[in-house]
Amino acid sequence: MTQLSVFDVAGPVMVGPSSSHTAGACKIGQFARALFHTTPTKATFYLHGSFAEVYKGHATDKALISGVMKLRTSDPRIKEAFKIAKAKHIECVFKKKDLGEKFHPNTVQIVLENSSRKLSMIGSSVGGGVIEILRINKFDVHLQGRAGKYLSIIVCHENHGSKTFNKILNRIKKLGIRIINTQTTKYKDKNLTIIATDGRDNKRITIKEVMDIEKSIEGIEFIRSLSKLEKQ
Amino acid sequence: MKYEFDTADQLLKLCKKHKCSISEIAKRYEAERSGKAISTVRSGMKRARDVMYEAVKEGVKSTKKSKFNLSGGDANKLFQSLSSLKLMMGNKVTVRAMAYAIAVGETNANMGRIVAFPTAGGAGVIPGALFSCAEHFKAGKRQLLRGMFTSSAIGIIIAEGATLSAAKGGCQAEVGAATAMAAAGLTEMRGGTPEQCFHSAAIALKSYLGLACDPLGGLVEVPCIKRNALGAVAAISASDMVIAGIESKVPFDEVVKAMNDIAESMSERIRETALGGLAITKTGNKVKKKLGLKITKEL
Ligand code: SF4
Repeated sequence: MTQLSVFDVAGPVMVGPSSSHTAGACKIGQFARALFHTTPTKATFYLHGSFAEVYKGHATDKALISGVMKLRTSDPRIKEAFKIAKAKHIECVFKKKDLGEKFHPNTVQIVLENSSRKLSMIGSSVGGGVIEILRINKFDVHLQGRAGKYLSIIVCHENHGSKTFNKILNRIKKLGIRIINTQTTKYKDKNLTIIATDGRDNKRITIKEVMDIEKSIEGIEFIRSLSKLEKQ
Repeated sequence: MKYEFDTADQLLKLCKKHKCSISEIAKRYEAERSGKAISTVRSGMKRARDVMYEAVKEGVKSTKKSKFNLSGGDANKLFQSLSSLKLMMGNKVTVRAMAYAIAVGETNANMGRIVAFPTAGGAGVIPGALFSCAEHFKAGKRQLLRGMFTSSAIGIIIAEGATLSAAKGGCQAEVGAATAMAAAGLTEMRGGTPEQCFHSAAIALKSYLGLACDPLGGLVEVPCIKRNALGAVAAISASDMVIAGIESKVPFDEVVKAMNDIAESMSERIRETALGGLAITKTGNKVKKKLGLKITKEL
């Protein structure tokens, strides 16, 4: 049971023409941006499968870059995405790339960078605007982007012992946020953990709280909350 | 969870247990899974209704052609014809349903705002059928929302048991699913029982099993937009049959299983790749050429 939302079916509210190639692409862009956290100076999109074949007719390119600029799937400015990106000095590059058989035909790898940082993420658009994030940097993950369910907190942290990790969990719990489950992937000396939280009583972690955690606990490379992505 | 369901069987049991309609269970399910108030859930659906309404109203007025000249202006033609009634489908409800369905498809093709219900390609069927019928029997806005919630519940069951992705299941997963969803929603709006809603959905979906996704140039225009018009009419027909007392011999859950089986046996060429069917006809290849796509084969 995946507990799809009624609004995954009756939604998203979106600018056409395709839920998987336009709206889904926009959402994948939004995720990359939320993980990167600031406006990048360069965005490279590696298009795989059907994304690579038919992206132009479906405005997949505009939708992806719109997502990276935090536009919603329903924003009519998606049409002018390239112009807006230019004004924001974001260099956009689109390339075709075969990411391998194991990925859904509608998949993209997004690399966002500025002078000091770089983030790579792979996401698939699996139908009706529902998306999945499958890789963040070198970490294989499985994060489902369903309507009203973007309550995850994502942390990249050191993995010698569980001290850092427990500290993070305790801090989140202290804020009154209920944790449903956690999913950790390891790569070399780093762990990436996705903490799924419960949105009951409209309790969401704020950006400030996230930043406080990042600053005050040692051993965290980055921590991000996806709760802002909730609205369509 | 108290209101969780992923089959028709489970949903019908919940309806019986709580003595309420499918739309009511769908609303409670959403409130429960998201932790939001029922009123917030209802506002979410109102927003969807308003966006669909805008798309319909704009769409029937517009005569604008799409970027590659594949669509545009057909909703307007149908809408105009409503006043003369020379058509065989002399019934205003169905002609208007077609006009509305096409209006949404044309709006979508022009990068206008729509609700992907359940997907962008099949987004015209539900507003087409529900809005036109609502106008006919002067349904209130609430009644329309109920129809939309019921449609969503059917969509969830199809997504759980089969798929709503054309890349996986062809057009049966888009226009086919939308038609089943609309039929059930309409039956609830007309006061049908939950069982009758599922009979309507089953009759509609059975007629769309195996439908190929083969759009020209991979664009969501041809055959998509007109398929939505016929889907809206099929949804109304399915609902009419059930209101007249007809039942589906095969229960909805079994139809969904059949749909999944057929999806698995469909060639990739007719699953949103534009590599088969209409997409590789002479006309299809012309469009591909215009778009700069590779031509693989011509029928
Ligand atoms: S033919 Fe394909 S793209 Fe067109 S509506 Fe059907 S599933 Fe969608």
